[in-house]
Amino acid sequence: MKEDDIRFAKLLVLVCGAVPLALLVWDQAHNRLGANPQNFLILTTGMMTLIFLTLTMAVTPARKVFGLNWVIQLRRMLGLYAFFYACLHFLCFYSLDRGFSIPGTLHEIVARKYIWFGITALLVMAPLALTSTNAMIKRLGGKRWRALHRLAYVAAIAGVIHFYMQVKADVRLPLVFAAVLAILFGYRAINYLHHRN
Amino acid sequence: MLANGRNRKRIANKAHAGRGQETKWEMSDKLSASHKPLKPVKESNKISAREITPPSVYFNRRNFIRAGILAASAVATGAVYRKLNPVGTDTAPTIQTATIEGVQKPAATATNNDSGFTVNEAQTSFENITHYNNFYEFSTHKEEVAVKASNFKTDGWTVSVEGLANKPKVFTLGDLLKIAPPEERIYRMRCVEAWSMVIPWVGFSFSKLLAAVEPLSSAKYVAFETLLDPARMPGQNSDVLNWPYVEGLRMDEAMNPLAILASGIYGRALPPQDGAPIRMVIPWKYGFKGIKSIVKIKLVETQPRTTWSDYAPDEYGFYANVNPHVDHPRWSQATEQRIGEPGRRPTLMFNGY
Repeated sequence: MKEDDIRFAKLLVLVCGAVPLALLVWDQAHNRLGANPQNFLILTTGMMTLIFLTLTMAVTPARKVFGLNWVIQLRRMLGLYAFFYACLHFLCFYSLDRGFSIPGTLHEIVARKYIWFGITALLVMAPLALTSTNAMIKRLGGKRWRALHRLAYVAAIAGVIHFYMQVKADVRLPLVFAAVLAILFGYRAINYLHHRN
Repeated sequence: MLANGRNRKRIANKAHAGRGQETKWEMSDKLSASHKPLKPVKESNKISAREITPPSVYFNRRNFIRAGILAASAVATGAVYRKLNPVGTDTAPTIQTATIEGVQKPAATATNNDSGFTVNEAQTSFENITHYNNFYEFSTHKEEVAVKASNFKTDGWTVSVEGLANKPKVFTLGDLLKIAPPEERIYRMRCVEAWSMVIPWVGFSFSKLLAAVEPLSSAKYVAFETLLDPARMPGQNSDVLNWPYVEGLRMDEAMNPLAILASGIYGRALPPQDGAPIRMVIPWKYGFKGIKSIVKIKLVETQPRTTWSDYAPDEYGFYANVNPHVDHPRWSQATEQRIGEPGRRPTLMFNGY
Protein backbone atom coordinates (compact mmCIF):
# COMPACT_ATOMS: atom_id res chain seq x y z
CA MET A 1 0.00 0.00 0.00
CA LYS A 2 1.17 3.46 -0.78
CA GLU A 3 1.93 5.95 1.94
CA ASP A 4 -0.95 8.06 0.76
CA ASP A 5 -3.39 5.16 1.11
CA ILE A 6 -2.15 4.42 4.62
CA ARG A 7 -2.70 8.03 5.57
CA PHE A 8 -6.22 7.64 4.30
CA ALA A 9 -6.70 4.43 6.27
CA LYS A 10 -5.57 6.26 9.40
CA LEU A 11 -8.01 9.05 8.70
CA LEU A 12 -10.72 6.40 8.35
CA VAL A 13 -9.89 4.95 11.79
CA LEU A 14 -9.71 8.44 13.29
CA VAL A 15 -13.15 9.37 12.00
CA CYS A 16 -14.86 6.04 12.71
CA GLY A 17 -13.40 5.91 16.22
CA ALA A 18 -14.95 9.26 16.97
CA VAL A 19 -18.40 8.23 15.69
CA PRO A 20 -19.54 6.51 18.94
CA LEU A 21 -18.50 9.56 20.95
CA ALA A 22 -20.28 11.88 18.52
CA LEU A 23 -23.46 9.78 18.75
CA LEU A 24 -23.24 9.67 22.54
CA VAL A 25 -22.97 13.45 22.71
CA TRP A 26 -25.72 13.90 20.13
CA ASP A 27 -28.08 11.47 21.86
CA GLN A 28 -27.37 13.00 25.24
CA ALA A 29 -28.11 16.48 23.87
CA HIS A 30 -31.41 15.20 22.45
CA ASN A 31 -32.42 13.25 25.54
CA ARG A 32 -32.18 9.99 23.69
CA LEU A 33 -30.10 7.90 26.07
CA GLY A 34 -33.13 6.22 27.60
CA ALA A 35 -34.50 6.25 31.12
CA ASN A 36 -31.11 5.96 32.81
CA PRO A 37 -28.66 8.05 30.76
CA GLN A 38 -26.04 7.99 33.53
CA ASN A 39 -25.88 4.23 33.44
CA PHE A 40 -25.98 4.18 29.65
CA LEU A 41 -22.97 6.50 29.44
CA ILE A 42 -20.95 4.39 31.86
CA LEU A 43 -21.80 1.09 30.17
CA THR A 44 -21.33 2.34 26.63
CA THR A 45 -17.94 3.97 27.18
CA GLY A 46 -16.82 0.72 28.84
CA MET A 47 -18.08 -1.28 25.89
CA MET A 48 -16.23 1.01 23.47
CA THR A 49 -13.01 0.49 25.44
CA LEU A 50 -13.35 -3.28 25.08
CA ILE A 51 -14.15 -3.05 21.38
CA PHE A 52 -11.09 -0.92 20.67
CA LEU A 53 -8.89 -3.12 22.85
CA THR A 54 -10.11 -6.15 20.93
CA LEU A 55 -9.49 -4.43 17.59
CA THR A 56 -5.99 -3.53 18.77
CA MET A 57 -5.33 -7.14 19.66
CA ALA A 58 -6.68 -8.24 16.28
CA VAL A 59 -4.14 -6.22 14.31
CA THR A 60 -1.21 -8.63 14.40
CA PRO A 61 -3.27 -11.78 13.64
CA ALA A 62 -5.04 -9.94 10.78
CA ARG A 63 -1.70 -8.84 9.45
CA LYS A 64 -0.27 -12.34 9.44
CA VAL A 65 -3.33 -14.30 8.36
CA PHE A 66 -4.35 -12.02 5.53
CA GLY A 67 -0.87 -10.77 4.70
CA LEU A 68 -1.94 -7.20 5.30
CA ASN A 69 1.29 -5.77 6.56
CA TRP A 70 0.09 -2.20 6.47
CA VAL A 71 -2.61 -2.70 9.15
CA ILE A 72 0.13 -2.52 11.78
CA GLN A 73 0.19 1.20 11.12
CA LEU A 74 -3.37 1.53 12.42
CA ARG A 75 -2.64 -0.17 15.72
CA ARG A 76 -1.43 2.90 17.57
CA MET A 77 -4.61 4.82 16.84
CA LEU A 78 -6.84 1.88 17.82
CA GLY A 79 -4.94 1.51 21.07
CA LEU A 80 -5.16 5.22 21.79
CA TYR A 81 -8.90 5.11 21.20
CA ALA A 82 -9.17 2.23 23.68
CA PHE A 83 -7.35 4.36 26.26
CA PHE A 84 -9.44 7.41 25.37
CA TYR A 85 -12.74 5.55 25.92
CA ALA A 86 -11.36 3.96 29.09
CA CYS A 87 -10.62 7.45 30.44
CA LEU A 88 -14.13 8.59 29.50
CA HIS A 89 -15.52 5.46 31.18
CA PHE A 90 -13.66 6.29 34.39
CA LEU A 91 -14.69 9.96 34.22
CA CYS A 92 -18.34 8.93 33.82
CA PHE A 93 -18.05 6.65 36.84
CA TYR A 94 -16.31 9.36 38.88
CA SER A 95 -18.82 12.07 37.97
CA LEU A 96 -22.17 10.35 37.38
CA ASP A 97 -21.92 7.40 39.73
CA ARG A 98 -19.72 8.84 42.48
CA GLY A 99 -20.86 12.47 42.19
CA PHE A 100 -17.29 13.83 41.88
CA SER A 101 -16.43 12.49 45.31
CA ILE A 102 -12.78 11.47 45.48
CA PRO A 103 -13.14 9.56 48.79
CA GLY A 104 -16.30 7.92 47.41
CA THR A 105 -14.47 6.88 44.26
CA LEU A 106 -11.45 5.57 46.15
CA HIS A 107 -13.70 3.66 48.52
CA GLU A 108 -15.50 1.96 45.63
CA ILE A 109 -12.23 1.14 43.89
CA VAL A 110 -10.95 -0.58 47.02
CA ALA A 111 -14.23 -2.27 47.93
CA ARG A 112 -15.24 -3.81 44.57
CA LYS A 113 -13.29 -6.65 43.07
CA TYR A 114 -14.65 -5.99 39.59
CA ILE A 115 -13.33 -2.43 39.78
CA TRP A 116 -9.87 -3.77 40.68
CA PHE A 117 -9.79 -5.34 37.25
CA GLY A 118 -11.12 -2.21 35.57
CA ILE A 119 -8.58 0.02 37.28
CA THR A 120 -5.80 -2.42 36.42
CA ALA A 121 -6.76 -2.19 32.76
CA LEU A 122 -6.85 1.60 32.90
CA LEU A 123 -3.53 1.94 34.76
CA VAL A 124 -1.83 -0.51 32.44
CA MET A 125 -3.02 1.38 29.38
CA ALA A 126 -1.70 4.73 30.61
CA PRO A 127 2.05 4.03 30.13
CA LEU A 128 1.25 2.40 26.79
CA ALA A 129 -0.48 5.56 25.63
CA LEU A 130 2.36 7.73 26.93
CA THR A 131 4.98 5.66 25.11
CA SER A 132 3.04 5.41 21.88
CA THR A 133 4.90 8.18 20.04
CA ASN A 134 7.67 7.52 17.53
CA ALA A 135 10.07 9.44 19.75
CA MET A 136 9.31 7.18 22.69
CA ILE A 137 9.72 4.05 20.60
CA LYS A 138 13.13 5.32 19.55
CA ARG A 139 14.06 6.27 23.09
CA LEU A 140 13.06 2.93 24.58
CA GLY A 141 14.40 0.89 21.74
CA GLY A 142 12.27 -1.55 19.80
CA LYS A 143 12.91 -4.53 22.03
CA ARG A 144 12.09 -2.85 25.32
CA TRP A 145 9.16 -1.02 23.76
CA ARG A 146 7.66 -4.28 22.52
CA ALA A 147 8.14 -5.89 25.92
CA LEU A 148 6.38 -2.99 27.62
CA HIS A 149 3.54 -3.03 25.14
CA ARG A 150 2.82 -6.67 25.85
CA LEU A 151 0.95 -5.15 28.81
CA ALA A 152 -1.85 -4.64 26.31
CA TYR A 153 -2.69 -8.33 26.86
CA VAL A 154 -3.09 -7.61 30.58
CA ALA A 155 -5.36 -4.65 29.83
CA ALA A 156 -7.58 -6.68 27.49
CA ILE A 157 -7.91 -9.64 29.84
CA ALA A 158 -8.52 -7.44 32.89
CA GLY A 159 -11.08 -5.42 30.92
CA VAL A 160 -13.10 -8.48 29.95
CA ILE A 161 -12.99 -9.89 33.50
CA HIS A 162 -14.17 -6.49 34.76
CA PHE A 163 -17.14 -6.63 32.36
CA TYR A 164 -17.94 -10.26 33.18
CA MET A 165 -17.96 -9.64 36.93
CA GLN A 166 -20.13 -6.55 36.65
CA VAL A 167 -22.94 -8.22 34.69
CA LYS A 168 -25.86 -9.43 36.80
CA ALA A 169 -26.90 -12.66 35.10
CA ASP A 170 -26.80 -12.43 31.32
CA VAL A 171 -23.10 -13.01 30.68
CA ARG A 172 -23.39 -13.69 26.96
CA LEU A 173 -21.81 -10.43 25.84
CA PRO A 174 -18.75 -10.63 28.13
CA LEU A 175 -18.32 -14.23 26.98
CA VAL A 176 -18.35 -13.09 23.35
CA PHE A 177 -15.50 -10.70 24.12
CA ALA A 178 -13.69 -13.48 26.00
CA ALA A 179 -14.12 -15.87 23.08
CA VAL A 180 -12.82 -13.39 20.53
CA LEU A 181 -9.82 -12.60 22.70
CA ALA A 182 -9.20 -16.32 23.24
CA ILE A 183 -9.10 -16.86 19.48
CA LEU A 184 -6.73 -13.94 18.97
CA PHE A 185 -4.44 -15.03 21.81
CA GLY A 186 -4.65 -18.65 20.71
CA TYR A 187 -3.44 -17.64 17.29
CA ARG A 188 -0.50 -15.80 18.81
CA ALA A 189 0.37 -18.73 21.06
CA ILE A 190 0.36 -21.18 18.17
CA ASN A 191 2.38 -18.78 16.09
CA TYR A 192 4.92 -18.39 18.87
CA LEU A 193 5.32 -22.13 19.41
CA HIS A 194 5.57 -22.70 15.69
CA HIS A 195 8.38 -20.17 15.35
CA ARG A 196 10.27 -21.56 18.31
CA ASN A 197 10.40 -25.07 16.87
CA MET B 1 2.70 17.31 6.85
CA LEU B 2 5.30 18.12 4.28
CA ALA B 3 4.32 15.24 2.11
CA ASN B 4 0.73 16.23 2.55
CA GLY B 5 1.35 19.74 1.33
CA ARG B 6 3.28 18.47 -1.64
CA ASN B 7 0.54 16.08 -2.49
CA ARG B 8 -2.11 18.72 -2.34
CA LYS B 9 -0.09 20.82 -4.70
CA ARG B 10 0.28 17.90 -7.05
CA ILE B 11 -3.43 17.27 -7.07
CA ALA B 12 -4.15 20.92 -7.60
CA ASN B 13 -1.62 21.00 -10.37
CA LYS B 14 -3.11 17.98 -12.07
CA ALA B 15 -6.62 19.28 -11.76
CA HIS B 16 -5.78 22.61 -13.23
CA ALA B 17 -3.43 21.53 -15.94
CA GLY B 18 -3.92 23.81 -18.88
CA ARG B 19 -6.18 26.65 -18.15
CA GLY B 20 -5.83 29.07 -15.30
CA GLN B 21 -2.66 27.35 -14.08
CA GLU B 22 -0.64 30.51 -13.56
CA THR B 23 -3.21 32.10 -11.30
CA LYS B 24 -3.57 28.95 -9.19
CA TRP B 25 0.15 28.52 -8.66
CA GLU B 26 0.40 32.05 -7.48
CA MET B 27 -2.38 31.46 -4.97
CA SER B 28 -0.84 28.24 -3.77
CA ASP B 29 2.51 29.94 -3.23
CA LYS B 30 0.90 32.67 -1.26
CA LEU B 31 -0.84 30.15 0.96
CA SER B 32 2.10 27.90 1.67
CA ALA B 33 4.76 30.56 2.02
CA SER B 34 2.95 33.27 3.85
CA HIS B 35 6.21 34.80 5.10
CA LYS B 36 6.82 36.14 1.63
CA PRO B 37 5.44 39.62 1.17
CA LEU B 38 2.12 39.35 -0.56
CA LYS B 39 1.94 40.94 -3.90
CA PRO B 40 -0.90 43.42 -4.07
CA VAL B 41 -3.69 41.82 -6.01
CA LYS B 42 -4.28 43.83 -9.09
CA GLU B 43 -7.80 44.30 -10.37
CA SER B 44 -6.94 42.17 -13.40
CA ASN B 45 -5.69 39.32 -11.16
CA LYS B 46 -9.03 38.87 -9.39
CA ILE B 47 -10.55 35.49 -10.07
CA SER B 48 -13.81 35.67 -11.85
CA ALA B 49 -16.58 33.26 -10.91
CA ARG B 50 -16.18 31.61 -14.27
CA GLU B 51 -12.63 30.64 -13.45
CA ILE B 52 -13.31 28.99 -10.07
CA THR B 53 -12.80 25.27 -10.42
CA PRO B 54 -16.04 23.37 -10.02
CA PRO B 55 -16.03 20.96 -7.01
CA SER B 56 -16.50 17.98 -9.31
CA VAL B 57 -13.12 18.62 -10.86
CA TYR B 58 -11.40 19.61 -7.67
CA PHE B 59 -12.53 16.48 -5.91
CA ASN B 60 -11.12 14.26 -8.55
CA ARG B 61 -12.19 10.67 -8.85
CA ARG B 62 -9.81 9.40 -6.19
CA ASN B 63 -10.85 11.92 -3.61
CA PHE B 64 -14.46 11.39 -4.47
CA ILE B 65 -14.22 7.65 -3.87
CA ARG B 66 -12.35 8.25 -0.64
CA ALA B 67 -14.96 10.67 0.60
CA GLY B 68 -17.54 8.00 -0.19
CA ILE B 69 -15.61 5.31 1.70
CA LEU B 70 -15.15 7.65 4.63
CA ALA B 71 -18.84 8.52 4.80
CA ALA B 72 -19.92 4.90 4.35
CA SER B 73 -17.53 3.71 7.07
CA ALA B 74 -18.72 6.38 9.47
CA VAL B 75 -22.34 5.43 8.81
CA ALA B 76 -21.54 1.72 9.17
CA THR B 77 -19.71 2.39 12.44
CA GLY B 78 -22.72 4.34 13.64
CA ALA B 79 -25.02 1.45 12.70
CA VAL B 80 -22.85 -1.09 14.54
CA TYR B 81 -22.71 1.22 17.54
CA ARG B 82 -26.49 1.56 17.57
CA LYS B 83 -26.90 -2.21 17.26
CA LEU B 84 -24.56 -2.86 20.19
CA ASN B 85 -25.95 -0.10 22.38
CA PRO B 86 -29.68 -0.01 21.73
CA VAL B 87 -31.89 2.53 23.40
CA GLY B 88 -35.33 0.95 23.37
CA THR B 89 -37.33 4.10 23.93
CA ASP B 90 -37.25 4.93 20.23
CA THR B 91 -38.64 1.67 18.95
CA ALA B 92 -40.90 0.44 21.72
CA PRO B 93 -44.53 1.38 21.33
CA THR B 94 -46.27 3.13 24.18
CA ILE B 95 -49.20 0.93 25.05
CA GLN B 96 -52.37 2.55 26.31
CA THR B 97 -54.03 -0.02 28.50
CA ALA B 98 -57.58 0.18 29.85
CA THR B 99 -58.43 2.74 32.50
CA ILE B 100 -59.25 1.20 35.88
CA GLU B 101 -62.61 2.43 37.18
CA GLY B 102 -63.18 3.68 40.70
CA VAL B 103 -59.59 4.04 41.87
CA GLN B 104 -59.54 5.45 45.39
CA LYS B 105 -56.92 8.15 45.56
CA PRO B 106 -55.06 8.50 48.83
CA ALA B 107 -55.90 11.82 50.45
CA ALA B 108 -52.73 13.85 50.88
CA THR B 109 -53.13 13.88 54.60
CA ALA B 110 -50.53 13.41 57.28
CA THR B 111 -51.99 9.99 58.04
CA ASN B 112 -51.45 8.76 54.51
CA ASN B 113 -47.92 10.06 54.40
CA ASP B 114 -47.19 8.39 57.72
CA SER B 115 -48.67 5.10 56.59
CA GLY B 116 -46.46 5.25 53.51
CA PHE B 117 -49.43 4.86 51.14
CA THR B 118 -48.27 7.94 49.29
CA VAL B 119 -45.02 9.82 49.01
CA ASN B 120 -44.43 13.48 48.43
CA GLU B 121 -41.80 13.10 45.69
CA ALA B 122 -41.98 13.67 41.94
CA GLN B 123 -43.48 10.67 40.16
CA THR B 124 -41.42 8.94 37.50
CA SER B 125 -42.86 9.47 34.02
CA PHE B 126 -45.16 6.85 32.52
CA GLU B 127 -42.71 6.65 29.62
CA ASN B 128 -39.80 5.71 31.90
CA ILE B 129 -41.81 3.31 34.05
CA THR B 130 -42.88 1.47 30.92
CA HIS B 131 -39.54 1.53 29.06
CA TYR B 132 -37.00 0.64 31.72
CA ASN B 133 -37.90 -2.75 33.09
CA ASN B 134 -36.16 -5.69 34.65
CA PHE B 135 -38.28 -8.54 33.35
CA TYR B 136 -35.98 -11.32 32.17
CA GLU B 137 -38.95 -13.35 30.93
CA PHE B 138 -38.91 -10.99 27.94
CA SER B 139 -35.36 -9.65 27.76
CA THR B 140 -32.32 -9.14 29.95
CA HIS B 141 -32.00 -5.71 28.37
CA LYS B 142 -34.10 -3.25 30.38
CA GLU B 143 -34.89 -1.05 27.40
CA GLU B 144 -35.89 -3.98 25.22
CA VAL B 145 -38.51 -5.49 27.53
CA ALA B 146 -41.23 -3.12 26.30
CA VAL B 147 -40.63 -4.21 22.70
CA LYS B 148 -40.50 -7.93 23.43
CA ALA B 149 -43.55 -7.78 25.71
CA SER B 150 -45.75 -5.65 23.46
CA ASN B 151 -47.75 -8.64 22.14
CA PHE B 152 -48.19 -10.38 25.47
CA LYS B 153 -51.85 -11.35 25.98
CA THR B 154 -53.39 -12.02 29.36
CA ASP B 155 -56.81 -13.28 28.24
CA GLY B 156 -58.28 -15.99 30.45
CA TRP B 157 -55.73 -15.36 33.18
CA THR B 158 -56.20 -17.27 36.42
CA VAL B 159 -54.38 -17.17 39.72
CA SER B 160 -54.37 -20.32 41.80
CA VAL B 161 -54.24 -19.62 45.53
CA GLU B 162 -53.47 -22.94 47.20
CA GLY B 163 -51.68 -24.66 50.04
CA LEU B 164 -52.35 -24.21 53.73
CA ALA B 165 -55.68 -22.38 53.56
CA ASN B 166 -59.26 -23.08 54.52
CA LYS B 167 -60.64 -21.79 51.24
CA PRO B 168 -58.08 -22.35 48.49
CA LYS B 169 -59.38 -21.14 45.16
CA VAL B 170 -58.47 -20.66 41.51
CA PHE B 171 -59.39 -17.03 40.84
CA THR B 172 -60.14 -15.62 37.45
CA LEU B 173 -58.50 -12.23 37.13
CA GLY B 174 -61.94 -10.61 37.37
CA ASP B 175 -62.74 -12.44 40.62
CA LEU B 176 -59.36 -11.57 42.07
CA LEU B 177 -59.74 -7.87 41.35
CA LYS B 178 -63.17 -7.90 43.01
CA ILE B 179 -61.70 -8.87 46.38
CA ALA B 180 -61.12 -5.23 47.30
CA PRO B 181 -61.60 -1.82 45.65
CA PRO B 182 -58.55 -0.52 43.74
CA GLU B 183 -56.47 2.05 45.59
CA GLU B 184 -53.74 4.32 44.35
CA ARG B 185 -50.48 3.70 46.21
CA ILE B 186 -47.59 5.99 45.38
CA TYR B 187 -44.46 4.10 46.34
CA ARG B 188 -40.75 4.48 45.95
CA MET B 189 -39.40 1.52 44.04
CA ARG B 190 -35.76 0.72 44.71
CA CYS B 191 -34.06 -1.72 42.38
CA VAL B 192 -31.19 -3.81 43.74
CA GLU B 193 -29.16 -2.34 40.86
CA ALA B 194 -29.14 1.02 42.70
CA TRP B 195 -31.70 2.91 40.63
CA SER B 196 -35.15 3.96 41.78
CA MET B 197 -38.49 5.33 40.67
CA VAL B 198 -41.63 6.74 42.24
CA ILE B 199 -44.60 4.80 40.88
CA PRO B 200 -48.32 5.44 41.33
CA TRP B 201 -49.57 1.86 41.53
CA VAL B 202 -53.17 0.71 41.51
CA GLY B 203 -53.90 -2.24 43.76
CA PHE B 204 -54.93 -3.41 47.19
CA SER B 205 -53.25 -4.87 50.23
CA PHE B 206 -52.26 -8.49 49.75
CA SER B 207 -53.64 -9.17 53.22
CA LYS B 208 -57.14 -8.85 51.74
CA LEU B 209 -56.53 -11.79 49.46
CA LEU B 210 -55.14 -13.76 52.39
CA ALA B 211 -58.28 -12.96 54.38
CA ALA B 212 -60.39 -14.28 51.52
CA VAL B 213 -58.68 -17.70 51.50
CA GLU B 214 -58.26 -17.98 55.29
CA PRO B 215 -54.72 -19.23 55.90
CA LEU B 216 -54.21 -22.07 58.39
CA SER B 217 -52.08 -21.31 61.43
CA SER B 218 -49.45 -23.66 60.02
CA ALA B 219 -48.96 -21.34 57.03
CA LYS B 220 -45.74 -19.45 57.77
CA TYR B 221 -44.70 -18.28 54.30
CA VAL B 222 -46.25 -17.30 50.98
CA ALA B 223 -44.70 -18.65 47.78
CA PHE B 224 -45.37 -16.91 44.47
CA GLU B 225 -44.89 -18.13 40.93
CA THR B 226 -44.81 -16.36 37.53
CA LEU B 227 -46.34 -17.77 34.36
CA LEU B 228 -44.14 -20.32 32.57
CA ASP B 229 -44.83 -20.12 28.85
CA PRO B 230 -41.76 -19.67 26.62
CA ALA B 231 -43.99 -19.12 23.59
CA ARG B 232 -45.44 -15.99 25.17
CA MET B 233 -42.41 -15.07 27.25
CA PRO B 234 -39.49 -15.45 24.82
CA GLY B 235 -36.85 -14.78 27.48
CA GLN B 236 -37.76 -18.13 29.02
CA ASN B 237 -36.15 -19.83 26.02
CA SER B 238 -32.78 -18.89 27.47
CA ASP B 239 -31.60 -20.45 30.70
CA VAL B 240 -30.31 -17.20 32.16
CA LEU B 241 -32.54 -17.89 35.20
CA ASN B 242 -34.21 -21.02 36.45
CA TRP B 243 -37.81 -20.66 35.17
CA PRO B 244 -40.47 -20.13 36.30
CA TYR B 245 -39.57 -17.12 38.44
CA VAL B 246 -40.48 -17.77 42.07
CA GLU B 247 -40.54 -15.46 45.06
CA GLY B 248 -41.61 -15.60 48.67
CA LEU B 249 -42.54 -13.62 51.76
CA ARG B 250 -42.78 -14.46 55.41
CA MET B 251 -46.43 -14.43 56.52
CA ASP B 252 -46.11 -11.31 58.68
CA GLU B 253 -44.47 -9.45 55.79
CA ALA B 254 -47.21 -10.54 53.43
CA MET B 255 -49.81 -9.29 55.95
CA ASN B 256 -48.27 -5.80 56.12
CA PRO B 257 -50.79 -3.36 54.54
CA LEU B 258 -47.98 -1.81 52.47
CA ALA B 259 -47.51 -5.06 50.52
CA ILE B 260 -49.91 -4.90 47.60
CA LEU B 261 -51.20 -6.92 44.71
CA ALA B 262 -50.96 -4.36 41.92
CA SER B 263 -52.97 -4.42 38.71
CA GLY B 264 -52.15 -0.99 37.35
CA ILE B 265 -50.02 2.14 37.16
CA TYR B 266 -51.13 5.70 36.56
CA GLY B 267 -54.78 4.65 36.82
CA ARG B 268 -54.49 2.17 33.94
CA ALA B 269 -54.13 -1.59 33.77
CA LEU B 270 -50.51 -2.79 33.99
CA PRO B 271 -48.76 -2.80 30.62
CA PRO B 272 -47.19 -6.22 29.89
CA GLN B 273 -43.64 -5.01 30.59
CA ASP B 274 -44.59 -3.98 34.13
CA GLY B 275 -45.95 -7.39 35.09
CA ALA B 276 -49.43 -7.66 33.58
CA PRO B 277 -51.97 -8.58 34.64
CA ILE B 278 -51.13 -8.86 38.35
CA ARG B 279 -47.95 -8.49 40.39
CA MET B 280 -46.67 -7.93 43.90
CA VAL B 281 -45.21 -4.66 45.15
CA ILE B 282 -43.35 -4.69 48.46
CA PRO B 283 -41.99 -1.13 48.70
CA TRP B 284 -39.49 -1.67 51.53
CA LYS B 285 -37.76 -4.50 49.68
CA TYR B 286 -35.61 -4.49 46.55
CA GLY B 287 -37.60 -4.57 43.33
CA PHE B 288 -36.90 -8.19 42.41
CA LYS B 289 -39.08 -9.28 45.35
CA GLY B 290 -42.05 -7.80 43.47
CA ILE B 291 -42.86 -10.83 41.37
CA LYS B 292 -44.69 -10.16 38.10
CA SER B 293 -47.40 -11.89 36.04
CA ILE B 294 -48.39 -14.14 38.95
CA VAL B 295 -50.22 -17.42 38.25
CA LYS B 296 -49.75 -19.21 41.55
CA ILE B 297 -49.73 -18.26 45.22
CA LYS B 298 -49.10 -21.04 47.72
CA LEU B 299 -49.27 -20.86 51.50
CA VAL B 300 -46.52 -23.02 52.92
CA GLU B 301 -44.89 -23.97 56.20
CA THR B 302 -41.21 -23.56 55.32
CA GLN B 303 -39.28 -20.78 53.64
CA PRO B 304 -39.75 -21.22 49.89
CA ARG B 305 -36.88 -21.04 47.41
CA THR B 306 -36.62 -17.85 45.39
CA THR B 307 -35.19 -17.40 41.91
CA TRP B 308 -32.52 -14.78 42.57
CA SER B 309 -31.25 -16.28 45.81
CA ASP B 310 -30.99 -19.61 43.98
CA TYR B 311 -28.93 -17.85 41.35
CA ALA B 312 -26.57 -16.02 43.73
CA PRO B 313 -27.36 -16.53 47.43
CA ASP B 314 -24.63 -14.13 48.54
CA GLU B 315 -25.97 -11.33 46.34
CA TYR B 316 -29.76 -11.63 46.60
CA GLY B 317 -31.09 -12.87 49.92
CA PHE B 318 -34.58 -14.10 50.73
CA TYR B 319 -35.45 -11.00 52.77
CA ALA B 320 -33.76 -8.41 50.53
CA ASN B 321 -34.87 -5.43 52.59
CA VAL B 322 -33.57 -2.11 51.25
CA ASN B 323 -30.58 -1.23 53.42
CA PRO B 324 -28.07 1.50 52.53
CA HIS B 325 -25.56 0.08 55.01
CA VAL B 326 -25.35 -3.36 53.49
CA ASP B 327 -23.65 -3.23 50.12
CA HIS B 328 -24.32 -5.60 47.32
CA PRO B 329 -21.03 -7.52 46.98
CA ARG B 330 -20.40 -5.76 43.68
CA TRP B 331 -21.69 -2.26 44.29
CA SER B 332 -22.66 0.18 47.00
CA GLN B 333 -26.29 0.44 48.09
CA ALA B 334 -25.72 3.74 49.90
CA THR B 335 -27.01 5.88 47.05
CA GLU B 336 -29.37 5.45 44.14
CA GLN B 337 -29.99 6.92 40.71
CA ARG B 338 -33.56 8.21 40.72
CA ILE B 339 -34.70 7.77 37.14
CA GLY B 340 -35.28 11.18 35.55
CA GLU B 341 -33.06 13.06 37.99
CA PRO B 342 -29.53 14.25 37.27
CA GLY B 343 -27.75 13.46 40.55
CA ARG B 344 -27.91 10.57 42.99
CA ARG B 345 -30.00 10.35 46.17
CA PRO B 346 -29.03 8.73 49.43
CA THR B 347 -30.88 5.44 49.85
CA LEU B 348 -33.24 5.35 52.83
CA MET B 349 -33.34 2.54 55.38
CA PHE B 350 -36.12 0.13 54.37
CA ASN B 351 -36.56 2.49 51.41
CA GLY B 352 -38.10 5.01 53.81
CA TYR B 353 -40.90 2.68 54.99
